[in-house]
Amino acid sequence: MNNVIALAGVVIKELYRRKDFYVLFVMTALITLVLGSMRFFNNAEIVRFLKEICLMLIWLSMLVIAITTAARQIPAERESRTILPLLAKPVSRWELIVGKFAGCWLACLTALAVFYFFFGVLTATHAHAWPGLILFQAFLLHGVFLAVVLALVLFGSVVFTAQSSNATISAIVVLGILLVGGHLDHVADGMKGFGSDALYAVFFAIPHLEWDYNLCNFVIHDWPAISWLYIAGAAFYGALYTLLLLGLTWLVFRRKTLTL
Amino acid sequence: MNTVLEIKNLRVEFPSREMGQPAKLAVDGLNLIVQGGEIFGFLGPNGAGKTTTMNVLLGFVNATGGSASIFGVDVRQPIARQRIGYLPEMTYYYKFLSTEELLRFYARIFRIPPAEREKRIDAVLKLVELEAARKRLIKTHSKGMQQRVGLAQALINDPDLLILDEPTSGLDPLGRMKVRQIIQRLKEQGKTVFFSSHELGEVETVCDRVAILHEGRLRVEGKVDDLVRQYQCHLEQIFLKIVGYEPET
Repeated sequence: MNNVIALAGVVIKELYRRKDFYVLFVMTALITLVLGSMRFFNNAEIVRFLKEICLMLIWLSMLVIAITTAARQIPAERESRTILPLLAKPVSRWELIVGKFAGCWLACLTALAVFYFFFGVLTATHAHAWPGLILFQAFLLHGVFLAVVLALVLFGSVVFTAQSSNATISAIVVLGILLVGGHLDHVADGMKGFGSDALYAVFFAIPHLEWDYNLCNFVIHDWPAISWLYIAGAAFYGALYTLLLLGLTWLVFRRKTLTL
Repeated sequence: MNTVLEIKNLRVEFPSREMGQPAKLAVDGLNLIVQGGEIFGFLGPNGAGKTTTMNVLLGFVNATGGSASIFGVDVRQPIARQRIGYLPEMTYYYKFLSTEELLRFYARIFRIPPAEREKRIDAVLKLVELEAARKRLIKTHSKGMQQRVGLAQALINDPDLLILDEPTSGLDPLGRMKVRQIIQRLKEQGKTVFFSSHELGEVETVCDRVAILHEGRLRVEGKVDDLVRQYQCHLEQIFLKIVGYEPET
C-alpha cells in the first residue's frame, strides 16, 4: 500500500505541474459558469436545457481528462525510461499499475468534485435550493464510471505502445460502449452463425457503461434520489470490471521486457 | 565472505522482430558469483550482454534459462531489490520533480521512516554535492548534475550492493574522479559494487575482480592482479586479446 500511495502521489504531482490538464479544466469550468449564470427570464425549459448542456460538458471533459491522463502513464514511463530506476526499487509491477490507477482516479475525482460543486452552486442560485442528494448520487456513479474507463485505458496502454493510438482507440471503445453497447444483443439477434455468437460474446464481455451510470436526467428534472441499493449494485459492478481490467493489465505487463 | 550475487547458467534470448529469423542469443550460460565487499568490474564490448545481464538482475528482462539471485533471493522477487542501489547509464528521472522530491519519493518506496528520510536525503545530497540544488526541478539540471542525482537516488537506501551501469559515461574528468572516490568510499564501508564500464584504466585501478564477456559468453574472470600476472599485460590488452582484436603491424 505504501508504494501505491507513493506512486499515486507522483502521478498527481505530475498532473498539477502539466498545463494541458488545467486548460481543459478551466475552460469547462468557465463554460459551465457562463451557461449556468444565464437566466432567460426564469423560463423553466431553458434552464433545464442549460443544465443539460452543463452536465454534458462535464461528462465530455471528464472523459477527455480521464483518457488523456491514463493513456500516457505507462507509455510515458517507458519512453522516458523513468520506469527503469523505479522498478529497480522494491516495487512490483502490480503496485505500479495500481499506483498509476489510484493517482489518475484521485485526480479525476477531485476535478469531478469541483465540477459538480460548481454545477450545484449554479443550480442553487437559480432554484434557491441545493439540488439535493441526487447530485451526490450522480457524482458517485460518475466516479465509478471513471474508474472503469481509467482501468480500460491503462489496459490499452500496455497493449498499444504509443500513447496517442491508445488514447484514440480507448476513446472509440468507450464511446462505442456508451452509444451502441446496449444494442449489441439486438443486432446479434438479427444475425446468424459465428457473427451472432461473436457479437453476443462481445455483449457479455464488455462493461456496460451505458447502464445508468449517468444520472443527468434525474439532476436536470430534479427527480428524487434513487435507491442506495441500486447505487451499491452499480458500484459493485463497476468495481468488478475495474479489478478485472487491472488484473488483465497486470497479466500483460508482468512479463514484459522493459528495455526494448 | 558471503555471496551477494549469484548467477547460474543464465541464458537470455530475444525473439527476432523479423518473421522466420532465429532468436538473438544475448547471454549464453553465464555463471558468476560476487562476494560481499568486492568491487566487481563487468566488462565487454558493446553488445556483449553486460546490460542484458544487469537488466535480468534488476527484473527488467526475464531470463530464458538459468537463475540469478541477490542476497539469496530470486531476482524476480521485488524484495530482492530492497538492499540494492542502481545507477542507469543515462539519466532517467522524473523531470517535473525537484531533486529532494525525487529522493523523498524513492526513500518512501524503500520504507525509510520519515524522520530518517530527511537525514538520509541530506547525507546523500552532501555526498554528491547537490545541496544547493535540492529545490530545483531536475529538468533544469546540467547533465553532470543529473548524473549526480542518479548517484544520490542509488544511495538513498544505504544499499549493500550497488549496480552501476557505466557510471562515468558522459562525465568530465572531475566528475569521473568524484565517482571513483565515492566507489572507493563505499568499498571502505564494506559495500559491494558491481559495475560495467568501458574505462579499463579506471576498472584496473578500482576493481578487485573483473569478468569479461564477449558475444554473450563469459571469457575471463578473476582478480585483476592475477589476470595481469597471468597475461603479462595490462587489462586493456587482455580485453583486446579476448575480443579478438589484432593490432595492425
